Amino acid sequence: MRMLINVPETVVADALRGMAAAHPELIVDVENRVIVRRDAPVDGKVALVSGGGSGHEPLHGCFVGPGMLSAACPGEVFTSPVPDQMVRAAAAVDSGAGVLFVVKNYTGDVLNFDMAVELAEDEGIQVAKVLVDDDVAVSDSLYTAGRRGTGATLFVEKIAGAAAEEGRPLEQVESLARKVNDNSRSFGVALDACTTPAKGSPTFDLPAGELELGVGIHGEPGRERRAMMTSREIADFSVDAVLEDMNPRNPVLVLVNGMGATPLLELYGFNAEVQRRLAERGVPVARVLVGNYVTSLDMAGASVTLCQVDEELLRLYDAPVRTPGLRWGG
Amino acid sequence: MLDADFFRRWMTAAAAAVDREAERLTALDSPIGDADHGSNLQRGFAAVVAALEKEAPATPGAVLQLAGRQLISTVGGASGPLYGTLLRRTGKTLGTDAAEVGEERLREALRAGVAAVATLGGAAPGDKTMLDALVPAVDALGESFAAAADAAERGAEATTPLRARKGRASYLGERSVGHRDPGATSAALLVAALAEAADV
Repeated sequence: MRMLINVPETVVADALRGMAAAHPELIVDVENRVIVRRDAPVDGKVALVSGGGSGHEPLHGCFVGPGMLSAACPGEVFTSPVPDQMVRAAAAVDSGAGVLFVVKNYTGDVLNFDMAVELAEDEGIQVAKVLVDDDVAVSDSLYTAGRRGTGATLFVEKIAGAAAEEGRPLEQVESLARKVNDNSRSFGVALDACTTPAKGSPTFDLPAGELELGVGIHGEPGRERRAMMTSREIADFSVDAVLEDMNPRNPVLVLVNGMGATPLLELYGFNAEVQRRLAERGVPVARVLVGNYVTSLDMAGASVTLCQVDEELLRLYDAPVRTPGLRWGG
Repeated sequence: MLDADFFRRWMTAAAAAVDREAERLTALDSPIGDADHGSNLQRGFAAVVAALEKEAPATPGAVLQLAGRQLISTVGGASGPLYGTLLRRTGKTLGTDAAEVGEERLREALRAGVAAVATLGGAAPGDKTMLDALVPAVDALGESFAAAADAAERGAEATTPLRARKGRASYLGERSVGHRDPGATSAALLVAALAEAADV
């Protein structure tokens, strides 16, 4: 696999230098690996900090800006950032109104953010934490690390970010974030594995003519492997898997998300099938977002996320946002 | 008695072992993880060695606490906090005053360190994690360092038929069976490095 890199060791730092050059509205601290809104801390407003392994771009770094994240901490590729980064980010963005950590439910992210909560509190910063765990492919049992955080992260960061922008207090921003996560479910498929810079070859071997169902966003294989299916069949399988775990009465936000290597042409075609299936299942749709938002390096494939919204959540979702990766209104 | 030099040798040997075995660790992490265990630990232990050279802590407890802090600050993922906690708690249990510690005291401190790892990760032996190497190693430490290294290696080997219940491999369910756990493998390297430090 040929990659557009110098050496694997500098992939994250190189990308951060490039982000700094492209986005003067952000402060990109390449050495300490923290991306911060230039106007932070914003007086009287709650700040949102997220982070995770790199390789999921635009998540999280490109979601920093007015209406979404206050700061993001990129780790090494597919590796949680370290507590030092999170504490530095929290200190940079806290206006005194408190900081909400948005954490995807992976063992590493949870452990590092938990340590950061303690350290930040020692520094006098009021911190709350919300876990994102929307992936229905992992059974939420005692025998696994629990459901993974995937596509719903975008909805959590967007809606909680809008609430913070409105000046809502920390406990409200936190409870809205939790509500968005509780109302969201996702399912993903891979048509091809991804290649991490450190390894330089695909993370799993997927023979031609087969696909992985129920994959996460770290190049880990999925729940089962089947003979290749059509877009229509994959849409049926994915939507049905999500609806097995939720029964939306209110309209839903739909994220049809590319894993990195699947062209928009295919994603839009897939979205047509997803919308057909949702209509067949009687699910009302409020908004649809199609694109590569929560990616897995160069993995081919897609995920479907549904988030059930009431009027308030929909209004916050529609509120203006201005970040490198997501931008509308205002 | 074991002095600060012994613990520095342990960390240096661990860094060398991780360097030597990085590709193997990453390869093991590939089918049931995300193919970065080797490079993550390389980065961490390189930082440990650099910090020990720069700060030259004078006691066994201080060496391990500094090493643990470095791992937490540089590795990330789950292995950073877990290995960091192992060394930090072991170091805290030894305290920073004693210039030398006996083997029995080290064994008790390591037991406390391993218990802290189990608490932090919420894992138990048999879950296909680093504990499957660390727990038998501490038990065998009463005999000798070499016996502990053997026990850790056997424990890591024995993870192959297990089904993962913690960490990223747990998402695979039954499909994690038949793969040796990368965390247990690196834990065995850490114990082997301890035996190496004692064998001077």
